[in-house]
Amino acid sequence: MSTLALRGGTVVDAQGSRRADVVVGDEGTILAVGSGLTADHELDAGDCIVAPGLVDLHVHLRQPGNEEAETIDTGARAAALGGFTAVVAMPNTDPAMDSVSVISEVRALGESAICDVVPSAAISVGRRGEALAPMAELVRAGVRIFTDDGAGVQDDKLMRTALDYASSLGHLCPGETIVLAQHCEVESLSKGGYMHEGSWSSWLGIPGQPSEAEELMVMRDIALCRLTGARVHFQHMSTAGSISMIRAAKAAGLPVTAEAATHHFSLTDACCQSYDPVYKVHPPLRTDADVEAVRAGLADGTIDAIATDHAPHTSKSKQQTFADAPPGMLGLETAFAVANTYLDMPVDSLLGAMSWRPAAIAGLNGAHGGPIEEGSMANLAVIDPDAAWTVSAAELASRSSNTPYEGMALRGRVRHTIYQGEAVVIDGVAQR
Amino acid sequence: MKALRHLLSMDDLDRDDIDYLLDLTQRYVEVSERKIPRIPALRGKTVALVFYEDSTRTRISFATAASRLSADALGFDVKRSSANKGESLRDTIETISAMGIHGIVLRHFGAGAPWRVREWTDASVINGGDGRNQHPTQSLADLFTARRHLGELDGKRVAIVGDVKNSRVARSNAIGFAKMGAEVVFVAPQTLLPASLEGWPVSATHNLDEVVEEIDVCYLLRMQLERQHDAPVPTLREFHHEFGLTAARADRLKDGALIMHPGPMNRDVEIAGEVADRPNAVITEQVANGVAVRMAVLFVLIGSRLDLVEEGSLADQESAVA
Repeated sequence: MSTLALRGGTVVDAQGSRRADVVVGDEGTILAVGSGLTADHELDAGDCIVAPGLVDLHVHLRQPGNEEAETIDTGARAAALGGFTAVVAMPNTDPAMDSVSVISEVRALGESAICDVVPSAAISVGRRGEALAPMAELVRAGVRIFTDDGAGVQDDKLMRTALDYASSLGHLCPGETIVLAQHCEVESLSKGGYMHEGSWSSWLGIPGQPSEAEELMVMRDIALCRLTGARVHFQHMSTAGSISMIRAAKAAGLPVTAEAATHHFSLTDACCQSYDPVYKVHPPLRTDADVEAVRAGLADGTIDAIATDHAPHTSKSKQQTFADAPPGMLGLETAFAVANTYLDMPVDSLLGAMSWRPAAIAGLNGAHGGPIEEGSMANLAVIDPDAAWTVSAAELASRSSNTPYEGMALRGRVRHTIYQGEAVVIDGVAQR
Repeated sequence: MKALRHLLSMDDLDRDDIDYLLDLTQRYVEVSERKIPRIPALRGKTVALVFYEDSTRTRISFATAASRLSADALGFDVKRSSANKGESLRDTIETISAMGIHGIVLRHFGAGAPWRVREWTDASVINGGDGRNQHPTQSLADLFTARRHLGELDGKRVAIVGDVKNSRVARSNAIGFAKMGAEVVFVAPQTLLPASLEGWPVSATHNLDEVVEEIDVCYLLRMQLERQHDAPVPTLREFHHEFGLTAARADRLKDGALIMHPGPMNRDVEIAGEVADRPNAVITEQVANGVAVRMAVLFVLIGSRLDLVEEGSLADQESAVA
């Protein structure tokens, strides 16, 4: 066995923070945490935080079906460079991840990737919102998160049935939780709208979609959660109204969790004035007041997790008008830096929202999200929170270059990433 | 006026620019009335008319304007291509630009298309209408027409009536008339108004009767007739009665007030058929002035670009204006 020491850093996990070296073994576990530790190989963690690897509940890896934009291999590399050791892959592939065979294909492709690729599965067949996917088969195959992401389940009855059915499958995964994650968007209200409806959309002449398109589905799913008692996770919450409803639902003791995407607390609809569809995303970039509400929701824990909604698109597909280009933006390689730059949160809270809380939501605790102690899985991110850098799409590992942060100065950079005991990123460079 | 490379929005122009363009338009109206209405101002220049959306009048108007300035106008009709199939907008524009053209007139169904296109070409880009966003040459023709009849537009009251929400003409004219000192009011049901008027130099009302006697211009917009399943009004008959310029409302306009419409008209929807033919309706004149205004825009954008002027020819061009 070969050993690796991360020396001179500050260990931060859910237990707190302390200065310590960490030694990991290449069979995948943490061997020791303490001071003055040595090993076969050493990496400098001076001025850095040594944290449990980051966990992203929401990425689009585009494979199978749209490999020109991203593959599991390239997406996982982008993730590892961003400090992530686990990402939850959304099912809007082609074919959709709505059957055990497609889930198995994604798993197989993820075997050689440099982070843990955790497939979610569709709630409905083909994500069409008409008939339930074979949820029990999928749970037996290891799926714990179901979502039709990209399309919210429009039909009230189908969503109620999905929640009732999911809550009947607990015996297939004792001690674990099945969660239904919703992309909240009432399509009859959002249809034909390409950005947030408000003063900017009106001025720019770009048809908008109102905040209420999101909020009505949040309201409905809170009601259905109350009705069924099933676990509901709210994806990429973007409006002040949504966040106050989630806050009230949590106060009422309902089993709901929520995530916010990095762009929803760092960018606003004013970005769209360039008409560059690099700023087109669903849910859309909202107003200053919404950005403030997302930040407040993260600060008080209403929003449990920071996700990226990493959504690669080819340059060609973005070299269209705002209306014609597909929605979505890159996020994995900039996520920590954006959060660290734009949020006024203590670093342990930030890491909670990016590591151990999403790990718990995805049922990955044990493997990801710490704690950093002897015997734990060696999935770690070594992050310099003060490193300043400027985003350049050309330098990103993603196959696509649709980052909205091009040319922006950010603070905080991932130095090393350890996945299953292996240093997959060293000094900001992917090792394979 | 300031050097202008592209014309994308009425917001690109200040009042002096508009005055300059309208004065130049007056000279081109005179050119158009000549027996042989052609001057050599843009000889050797090529303008591409790139139309992603069907349009008869705007296209013919630009082609005529180019021809009267002795420029070559080439038409490119581009079928709508979906985002991931066929040529991207960028590829199309780069291909056309590689042919050595000096101006691109772009008509596109997507708001903001000319803002994208100007990043991909050295040619001057003229917005010939982008989605519901802007249609600046239509607005300039309307300002010219209104000024011709009403004199200076300061303090004049302009109602823009009907489907404001989906209208690039309404957006451009709201900015254009306001920059010329007029007071602009949108008149429409809430379903046909933009979601927000924050930052707009206009007011809004749902009641045409409230303003009809006070306005100097009643500008009617073409009502979109399709898409009945999510129609913004229950019936067109009801729309005509509540928000259209009926004969009874037209009778209440003050003397000298203009009736305007960008065309094509839906008679008996936004405007009573008979009203469109009244003497104070200047609708066909708007069309005629459209040619002269587009001559002015083409000349200012392309003819005055120093990087396109051959040595010694600037004086020729200046003299060719008159």
